[in-house]
Amino acid sequence: MAADHSHSNVSHDSQGDAAAREHTHPDWGTYKWVALILAAITALEVWIYYIPSFTATKLFVPVLLALSAIKFTIVVMFYMHLKYDAKLFRALFVAPLVLASFIIVGLLFLFGHLKVSF
Amino acid sequence: MATAAIDTHDTHAGHPPTSTGLNNTKVAIWAFIGSECFFFASLISTYLIYRGRSLVGPFPHEAWTDPATGHVYKAILNIPVTSVSTFVLLMSSLAMVLAHSAVVRGDRKSSKIWLASTALLGATFLAFQAYEFTSFVHEGLTIHTNLFGSSFFILTGFHGAHVTAGVIWLLTLLFIDMKRGLTPDEAINVDVCALYWHFVDVVWIAIFTLVYLIK
Amino acid sequence: MATTVSLPLPAAHTSHKYESGLWSWLATTDHKRIGQLYLYTSLFWFLVGGIEAGIIRMQLYGPNGHVVTAQTYNELFTMHGTTMIFLVIMPLSAAFFNYLIPLQIGARDVAFPRLNAFSYWVFLFGGLFINASWFFHAAPNGGWFGYAPLTTRPYSPGLNIDFWVIGLQILGISSLAAGFNFITTIINMRAPGMHFMRMPIFSWMAFITQFLIILAFPIITVALTFLMLDRFFGTNFYEVSAGADPLLWQHLFWLFGHPEVYILILPAFGLVSEVLPVFSRKPLFGYPVMVYSGILIAFLGFGVWAHHMFAVGMGPIADSFFAITTMLIAIPTGVKIFNWLGTMWGGSLRFTTAMKFAIGLVALFTIGGISGVMHSSPPSDLQQTDSYFIVAHFHYVLFGGSMMGLFAGLYMFYPKITGRLMSEKIGNWHFWLTAIGMNLTFFPMHFLGLDGMPRRISSYDAGQGWEQNNHLASYGALLIVIGTIFFAYNWFSSMKSGKVAGNDPWGGATLEWTIPSPPPDYNFAVIPKVTSRYPLWDRKSPRLSADVPHGSEPEGLAEIALAGQKVGSVQVPSDTKLNAADAHPTASALGIVMPTPTIRPFVAAFALGSVFIGLIMHKNLPIMLVAAVVFVLSLYSWLLTPLEPEHH
Repeated sequence: MAADHSHSNVSHDSQGDAAAREHTHPDWGTYKWVALILAAITALEVWIYYIPSFTATKLFVPVLLALSAIKFTIVVMFYMHLKYDAKLFRALFVAPLVLASFIIVGLLFLFGHLKVSF
Repeated sequence: MATAAIDTHDTHAGHPPTSTGLNNTKVAIWAFIGSECFFFASLISTYLIYRGRSLVGPFPHEAWTDPATGHVYKAILNIPVTSVSTFVLLMSSLAMVLAHSAVVRGDRKSSKIWLASTALLGATFLAFQAYEFTSFVHEGLTIHTNLFGSSFFILTGFHGAHVTAGVIWLLTLLFIDMKRGLTPDEAINVDVCALYWHFVDVVWIAIFTLVYLIK
Repeated sequence: MATTVSLPLPAAHTSHKYESGLWSWLATTDHKRIGQLYLYTSLFWFLVGGIEAGIIRMQLYGPNGHVVTAQTYNELFTMHGTTMIFLVIMPLSAAFFNYLIPLQIGARDVAFPRLNAFSYWVFLFGGLFINASWFFHAAPNGGWFGYAPLTTRPYSPGLNIDFWVIGLQILGISSLAAGFNFITTIINMRAPGMHFMRMPIFSWMAFITQFLIILAFPIITVALTFLMLDRFFGTNFYEVSAGADPLLWQHLFWLFGHPEVYILILPAFGLVSEVLPVFSRKPLFGYPVMVYSGILIAFLGFGVWAHHMFAVGMGPIADSFFAITTMLIAIPTGVKIFNWLGTMWGGSLRFTTAMKFAIGLVALFTIGGISGVMHSSPPSDLQQTDSYFIVAHFHYVLFGGSMMGLFAGLYMFYPKITGRLMSEKIGNWHFWLTAIGMNLTFFPMHFLGLDGMPRRISSYDAGQGWEQNNHLASYGALLIVIGTIFFAYNWFSSMKSGKVAGNDPWGGATLEWTIPSPPPDYNFAVIPKVTSRYPLWDRKSPRLSADVPHGSEPEGLAEIALAGQKVGSVQVPSDTKLNAADAHPTASALGIVMPTPTIRPFVAAFALGSVFIGLIMHKNLPIMLVAAVVFVLSLYSWLLTPLEPEHH
């Protein structure tokens, strides 16, 4: 968001970043496929939601979680181009994500939503 | 002034290039996104903790009869409608990458079309949310009603607020693009907006599954 | 790649409208000025928090004290805790982050100078907001940890908790913004050759602290938002009658609260790690381990939170898990203590005031750590929790730890900030009065706790065996007060009559000591190239840094670049010669473009704060709306204005 080409808020790519992206940027084809896969998985999720015999099984929740994890991952990898970008960005995102996931699981256990038996 | 190939800014007059070669704003937005993971994780955790613990209905996935009045409240979540809005938001992410790609290429016509499309799709999502919220209130679910009402509206409400901020951001970029054009070496600004936008989409993916689909 | 010298371009000029006076402070974007603003504001709040503690100690001196009512007492201990944590230790650390990080890493400023200013003004607003409550006779009174459901509207109907909740939200915004700023700064603005394992240890600890901040503060933001929504809009997050869980607040709060205590201690650890090597004339022992242990502490710090909740009945599995993680976290912490001892061992020690305070932290934090480990066992903690044993523990780690470390930093860096040295003689009085006073105040509290004295009681009956230790604690507080007076006197009188410091009064090792005291606005005339962890020792006292890893690139050679293209190279004198005390070229003379001062961050901060004023005024929508609009407009104005003046 800026009115002109001066420093800092109209940020300019330093050469390294621009060059790297020119070589490894996904193209329209990849983006289209990603969009199609996202739509397909969403459709699949909604479809299985309406199968009562499946929703009653123990598999329902893990399958849904897995499907949404796939959607999550491909948006992050391709649209947010984490796959092609500097490793630093991956660290800045994945570390909090992993830590937050552990904390959610811990809280679910502490509030009795997950049972652990020894 | 500067073309994409030669960046005359960073080594000028005492401005060394960045230590990593990465843009400052981009580093900051990724740090911000990491922080937002914890923000939404706290909201989602609370929703999940309170799942099934509301003392009165309406409930998300099952009908409920109010013992006091005899009124029957149906399961309040509308999966078909929300599936459509989810699809809309996912497509807005596609429009967003195309917008960024257009700005990088210097394609002035496409950049405006795709920026506008992203904002429009985002606004459509918000319209669906508004419809959903008002119909829930009509059907007897407010933030005051029970734990589900409080945690649901606040979780999805904060998400919607993030989408709103994103739409405003997009419209601002669109306005600048229309007024004087966004040049390729300013693509970083669209990139940063895009990262924010996709993250908000990704949070919705989690919410859609955890709130709407998992019973 | 060696140092880069940029030739001034003919058209370069900067016009600083605001170079002196009040306006120059309101519109500053200079990290050194912002650091000083944080410094003086937090020292002021230190006095306020100290007075609150003083009144507490007067009330508790003997049995059945009647200095204050029970209601006022609740406000005093709540505000004392809130003030010391959020308005003293955190902003004092922020003063160092601001002042020191760019100097240590060889940068001219932080990544986002206006955001930096914004953080300060929001902090100032938040501190004033929460303390304005005193004038409404409605100071926060629910403890610094504000447990719900006690703090929900039904049980705390007045404005007290509203001030607390909103005040903390405001302060959280300040910390978060600064967190993103410093993370970007440290990642992206280090001098050439300064890869991460050559970075000064304070900057490392500061870096880790920023991650703790940006991850922990969102959690308390959510917890506070829930409480705000419950209190102002009738939601049910903490409403037990609607089925809410009384433990939700506690878990969310401590998920923040435990990383928060590492936010409070790591910067002080960093400062001590700077002080000890310089005054031992020896490199820091085990620098890599110090870095890794800091990272490990931060990471593990997210896994111990429920040790604050051993008495709520979480069950044996949860209790055991958190007991084990808490014991584990003592390991990287303990490692640091040994490394500090190793730094001093065999060194030629100079017992300056800074050094004394640093050694003070090593000793006193250890005591605090020992009591901490005692709490880590749930059975022991069942007796200790909510007793004065805990009060003893956290004062040892926060006063004996954080404050001592911060004082060490203040004494070490005062010359850099002001250009003069503080009196060592008066500093000696400050140190001993504080050290003895602190121990006299808090050591007896261990016994009070073991003897069953609960926390947060405004008075106690005679005959329980508590009088003697309470007397001692109150006398100790008096000594601390006297010591603080010595400190205040030293601070202000040295500014006028202290010995002139020069660039490097202590024989420092790192980049901040290569530039004048106080530094020019651009910090470094020439961005240095770094080949080891101790660049100044490399130049001045190479024997001292001989054993640390060194790069093999030659120093002292500079490329000449014109508009980004290398056009030649030249031998460049080091900064110490270039920037002699009498030869202070201006930024524009050197062709250095500095950010323009601007009032926009101040306006944005004030507008944002006004939204919250509207909220506490019984949800005054007109005020909130107007303030929000002004905020958004000021943001647009800020973001659409270039940081620096046009120069081509």
